Amino acid sequence: MILGQLAFWQETTIKVLLAAIVVPTGAAIAVYLFLFKLISFMQSRLGPMEAGPHGTLQLVAEVGKWLQKEDIIPDKADKFLFKVPPFIVLATTFLLFVVIPAGPNAVVSSLPVGIFYVLAVSSISVIGTLVAGWASANKYAFMGGLRAAGQLIAYELPMVLAVIGVVIQAGTLNLQEIVYQQTNGSIFGFDFIGNPYILTQFVGFVIFMIAVQAELGQTPFDMPVAESEVIGGYMVEYTGIRFLVFFLSEFAAAVGFSAIAATLFLGGWSLPGAWDIPRTAMHFIGPIVILTKAMVLTGVIFWVRFSMPRLREDQLQRMAWKFLIPVSLLNITITAILKVAL
Amino acid sequence: MPAPKIPGFLKGLGVTARTAKETMFPDGLKNPVPHPTKGAVTVQYPHAKEEPTPRSRGVISLQEDNCTSCMLCARECPDWCIYIEGHKTLAPPRREGGKPRSVNKLDRFDIDYSLCMYCGICVEVCPFEALYWSPEYEYSEMRIADLLHDKERLGQWFETVPDFEAHEAGAEVKQKPVSRKGAK
Amino acid sequence: MTAISDRQKLAYIAAQAADARVNVELETEGMILNMGPQHPVTHGTLRIVARLDGEQVISADPVMGYMHRGYEKLVEVRTYPQVTTLINRIDWLGSFANEVPFILAAEQLMEIEAPPRAQWIRTILFELSRISNITLFLGDMAAQLGALTPLFFAFRDREFVLNQIEAVTGGRFHPNFDRIGGIKDDLPKGWLAETKSAMVKMRSFCDEMELLVLGSEIFEARARGVGVIPADVGLQYGLSGANIRASGVDWDIRRDNNIGLAYDQIDWKVWTHTDGDSFARFWVRLQEVREATHMVDQLCDGLPKGPIMAKVPRIIKVPAGEAYVATENPLGEMGYYIVSKGDLTPFRVRIRTASFNNVSIAPWILRGVYVPDIVTILASLYFILGDIDR
Repeated sequence: MILGQLAFWQETTIKVLLAAIVVPTGAAIAVYLFLFKLISFMQSRLGPMEAGPHGTLQLVAEVGKWLQKEDIIPDKADKFLFKVPPFIVLATTFLLFVVIPAGPNAVVSSLPVGIFYVLAVSSISVIGTLVAGWASANKYAFMGGLRAAGQLIAYELPMVLAVIGVVIQAGTLNLQEIVYQQTNGSIFGFDFIGNPYILTQFVGFVIFMIAVQAELGQTPFDMPVAESEVIGGYMVEYTGIRFLVFFLSEFAAAVGFSAIAATLFLGGWSLPGAWDIPRTAMHFIGPIVILTKAMVLTGVIFWVRFSMPRLREDQLQRMAWKFLIPVSLLNITITAILKVAL
Repeated sequence: MPAPKIPGFLKGLGVTARTAKETMFPDGLKNPVPHPTKGAVTVQYPHAKEEPTPRSRGVISLQEDNCTSCMLCARECPDWCIYIEGHKTLAPPRREGGKPRSVNKLDRFDIDYSLCMYCGICVEVCPFEALYWSPEYEYSEMRIADLLHDKERLGQWFETVPDFEAHEAGAEVKQKPVSRKGAK
Repeated sequence: MTAISDRQKLAYIAAQAADARVNVELETEGMILNMGPQHPVTHGTLRIVARLDGEQVISADPVMGYMHRGYEKLVEVRTYPQVTTLINRIDWLGSFANEVPFILAAEQLMEIEAPPRAQWIRTILFELSRISNITLFLGDMAAQLGALTPLFFAFRDREFVLNQIEAVTGGRFHPNFDRIGGIKDDLPKGWLAETKSAMVKMRSFCDEMELLVLGSEIFEARARGVGVIPADVGLQYGLSGANIRASGVDWDIRRDNNIGLAYDQIDWKVWTHTDGDSFARFWVRLQEVREATHMVDQLCDGLPKGPIMAKVPRIIKVPAGEAYVATENPLGEMGYYIVSKGDLTPFRVRIRTASFNNVSIAPWILRGVYVPDIVTILASLYFILGDIDR
């Protein structure tokens, strides 16, 4: 950057610190905007208003509340396995943010297998959920964990297949490259808005968002944490800091997946190349742009979450296997044919 | 060809979006600044308060001058939450040369609001119009024992008793006034 | 109107049979899952002991009594006005509706008839209680199924009806307004106009529910074909109210056995459905709320003038005898069987509540369903614990 060449350890430290600040902040913004305010306005009420002006400090109050709670581990629970899952889920959430580019240089590590890495890492959180359900020594948690395992594995496939269409069109797995392709591309010669893949890969975008909704465990796919049946599902025995970690990583993952979707389909941190914005300006504008796009998509996720009832487990699975996967395969075929033909 | 049917769940999304818009922009979109405090149905207690209706059963108040310690209210209460104690005294005669009248003097009239079911049988049954409903509701206490309101406190609630409302057209019941001066 | 085809029925039965074959082969005994007494879906302290095989229920037994308050014993030592106060709290959501059958039974024993204006006002309040109760059901069933928003819409719009009940009686949930021989007080000025505008808002709420919940494909997928109760089984178990009307039985006490209320003087319709599944129960109740709003409009328009209380002695001593009166309460059929020996207090009161019978079908209907369907079915049967346990 401006400071010239930094040593590897200095660069890594800065990136780690930035990630440690950005990820929880992004999650906090998402929690405030969507969980506290959007759902309240959709239900004709106000949400938290007392802690800070218009309830902006409510999350601080909640974090303080959870931090001072007693650390309760059920008697029959497996002590070690009970303590581990929050950290698995937290770790995978942070790992998601490693490849998301927020500017021409602002990426923790621009892996050549960018999107493949994201998909692989997001599967690891299933282990956390399953272990949490098993180790809680609670039948409700167990059922929630099993449901989560079935659902999360089933919806990995549509997510992967939806992304393949983008990869074929872009010709690369690297997320920065995908962003540049969209910025500098053009639609039949008309390049005012670049070539965001949402236009050509609309089917893929819809399938990806549905799969993300299921991966995050949000209604209509929130069988694992179905509040009216298994109360908390795999999270039911977790209190205090452990629950806080689950809660924040759920929202951080929502922001992360939305950022990935924005990168793949909406052009990521970049504004269209035809607007000729100097590259140095993009270093500062880029993070704001990707944050806005990610928040918009997170808003869509939560809008759907608070408006719909939930699907039953077998209906979930049927939808994934019998509907989403064939449609996404069809999408890939058509994309491949058109890519070769055009 | 008929227009394609919009799937039901999309209409549902439309309902929630419309409600969100109505909450954020209660004056319509002419005013682009969101104003949710006005658009939401929430009343932010204790900064703002809702007005209960005049007949609302908030607290029972005592018009002490009317009470003769007949004990009807204490007897009819389903919860037995009214405690009355009184004694007889002699009052001066009404006319010169008459004999003194014996009247009941009220020593103690307590209502235990931790037991009270807010049914209103005591108010209804009192033959001397000594008990009235008041819509006041903010008398929560930190200790249950403080929920026993004594004669003085019940008399203070009397200030807040509203006048009886007029009835709808077609009603034959005459509306009695609240006996505020307490004349016997 | 029927949405379940024979083919779907056969497919469901075939799936059950296939599952049964697998169960026999694997010889899994089943896990006992205890739903309740503290559980978000059981509307109170109902306990369902479910024996599960994976996600499928082998058997489910309801355990009631966690909320038993001893009503039938309590009323043996209380005078009739005091009993009226207590019984408000049996079905705590259907406020005014609890008092009506008791007062009508006592009036039958005393051979008193309430004047017409009192009967009409009783009917208005009865229907308002029905609207407020069933509105909560509509939001609640959607919430059990995962949609959080309709619940808040239900609470928001119910306030209009509760404010109207409070303006007349002084209490939102426990009105204590019915008296033997009439009602306690007349309507305050302006109440009729306000009630009619509240009905307009309730109708728009019903439209919103149709869009948001009934029209949602997800809700249809969750509720159609789930928990089908054939009419004869329902009648054998003593189901009442919207539960059997959704199975096709055309029975409504308001029309067929009306005592002491003004239903025969207005124009209204009984809604039935042929499917008998959870979707039908939701649908029938939604239509009933709409119908109730139209009924309240008619009642407010046609309210006769006159007194509101018949000639009744000050101290009420009901003559010796027995009387049973049942009415079409929001939850179903609620009836009071009063045995009087001529005292100030009733000798024995047997309270026939709708929810007790509605829940008794649970073991029959919950065999072989999936765990999420337990929630759907129980939510659609709509019981209130105070009504079950008294």
